Amino acid sequence: MSTVEHRFGQYGGQFVPETLMPALAELEQAWAEARGDPAYQAELNGLLRDFGGRPTPLYKARRLSEKAGRRIYLKREDLNHTGSHKLNNALGQALLAKRMGKQRIIAETGAGQHGVATATVCALLGLDCVIYMGTEDTRRQKPNVQRMELLGATVNPVDAGAKTLKEATSAAIRDWVTNVESTHYVIGSVVGPAPYPAIVRELQRVIGDEARAQILEHEGRLPGRVIACVGGGSNAIGTFAAFLDDEQVELIGVEAGGEGIDTLRHGAPLTVGGRVGILHGSRSAVMQDEEGQIVEAHSISAGLDYPGAGPQHAYLRDSGRARYEAVTDREALAAFRETARLEGIIPALETAHALAWTLSRQDGELDLICLSGRGDKDLAEVLAG
Amino acid sequence: MSENGVPTNGIERIAAAFAQTGKRAALMPYLMGGYPTLADSIGIGEACIKAGADIIELGMPYSDPLADGPVIHAAGTQALQAGANVAGVLEVARALAQSVPVVLMCYANMVFAPGAEAFVERLAKTRASGLIVPDLPLGEDPRVGEACKAHGLALVPLVAPTTTPERLAAIGESAEGFMYTVSVVGTTGERAELGERFAQVVERAKASTRAPVALGFGISTPEHALQAARAGADGVIVGTRLVRAAGESADPAGAVGAVVGELAASLAQAR
Repeated sequence: MSTVEHRFGQYGGQFVPETLMPALAELEQAWAEARGDPAYQAELNGLLRDFGGRPTPLYKARRLSEKAGRRIYLKREDLNHTGSHKLNNALGQALLAKRMGKQRIIAETGAGQHGVATATVCALLGLDCVIYMGTEDTRRQKPNVQRMELLGATVNPVDAGAKTLKEATSAAIRDWVTNVESTHYVIGSVVGPAPYPAIVRELQRVIGDEARAQILEHEGRLPGRVIACVGGGSNAIGTFAAFLDDEQVELIGVEAGGEGIDTLRHGAPLTVGGRVGILHGSRSAVMQDEEGQIVEAHSISAGLDYPGAGPQHAYLRDSGRARYEAVTDREALAAFRETARLEGIIPALETAHALAWTLSRQDGELDLICLSGRGDKDLAEVLAG
Repeated sequence: MSENGVPTNGIERIAAAFAQTGKRAALMPYLMGGYPTLADSIGIGEACIKAGADIIELGMPYSDPLADGPVIHAAGTQALQAGANVAGVLEVARALAQSVPVVLMCYANMVFAPGAEAFVERLAKTRASGLIVPDLPLGEDPRVGEACKAHGLALVPLVAPTTTPERLAAIGESAEGFMYTVSVVGTTGERAELGERFAQVVERAKASTRAPVALGFGISTPEHALQAARAGADGVIVGTRLVRAAGESADPAGAVGAVVGELAASLAQAR
């Protein structure tokens, strides 16, 4: 009966406290209805266009292409309102919360992009907004904390563990367990218990749907490779979704290599192929020790600093449809600077991982990269380092 | 089968404990395994048993305990930092299981890390009687229940105030050992008063199952325990209050034992 996927092969599921089970069922039902409701779609698409600025351009990066010796196209999600792809999902979920009659919104954030997008749509729709953010991230992404507060959100710093995205997500889930009857949790990536990975993918697939039509218009053909960075993996799955059936198109997810995947300081659970685990309500690739304790990830980019990844990515990896590789902090920083100088575009540090992967390749003829966000938020961190 | 009159089957042993409390309800302390240290943990458990505990619920410290509030979360983190691991906590279980039924509370990722069957087999070897997995709702992965059945352990389910009547009926039908009934919408932690719906929560839980109904989350005072028993709960689970006592005192066993003694006295009052 359910048309919203709960599982992707062995991955996914609903590993949450019993308290949340009815809320997940309610969310799934609301989503199934909204998705098929022309009024919801019209409101969402209208706001994506008039408030968000969609469609975003597909830009042929002239000097990067020249340097790489092949055509490189950038899907400009950085030109979305609030500066990243996160608005696509936040808007769709906030409209869903309104339909469900939930006035209070909570969200986790790492780099702050999802927090800013959520705070923005809450201002737009008149919803109460609480954002959980690790204190390490409130430090390295300070401008985004200020933006969220200016937009009327309450930012709750989380001081547990490594004080980054994993702990912020756990804190948001605990809030939801406590306030589930009044609150909708706008999860920011294709992670968490079902139906979230499917909902967030559907809300982000606008990236891939637009990009596919645009590349056909520009080039009269599909790209050889589609490349996107993966933390939880929402910009990647949103881009990949439109190309899954195009078997000739290679799909490449780029994870955080941190200080190197041969060290323990990285955020690349898909690349290193560790044991299957459960984190934040779903089964996927998870960085953990032998007894199942989740280990801390490390990345210079707060948005990729996460020891798990979306369950559909784990499935796509196992099936061979997509592959996942890692790029180190150092390589990402170099690509960050190079893209700024060659193209006049300052990418988010997260996005710089995808750019670094492309720039390191000698082969290929037509690459399409999801430029998932802008990097203004990262200036202090990069210039200090 | 029994050994010195104590059933070897965990489900039967838990049932016997509920039948023989001599109190208005079974007193079921929750302890964080390995907190403050593994050595303290055994002493704390023994103090609880001496003070009147009927069943011990033993927490396995975990990096990401989503159902727990800040006190138990912090205790788990500290236990891990102090070197607690699965083997160490299972030794605590083994020591306490000599006297009372021990039910291990452990998050799903730790159960599946070595494989559900291997994990449950290891647990059974300590003579623990049951397992609670707070992030494994009914129907999510049958392998844990199958392994528990094979080894005679109770897989204790949780129900919440938000649980729908349909789910409650299904959970009640399959409950073994007891039904862990969450008194509030929220995580573990002390509260000034019991959840306003607690009596209703107990009533509908009891109507759904033949298993004993134990109320937990937010029960922290002797008055709360008595209220729960009066509402019909067959057991009362007290966690955060005891974990806090263990953390605050230079004599954790003595401090926890004293609180358990007060709770036991409250539950011993005549009707």
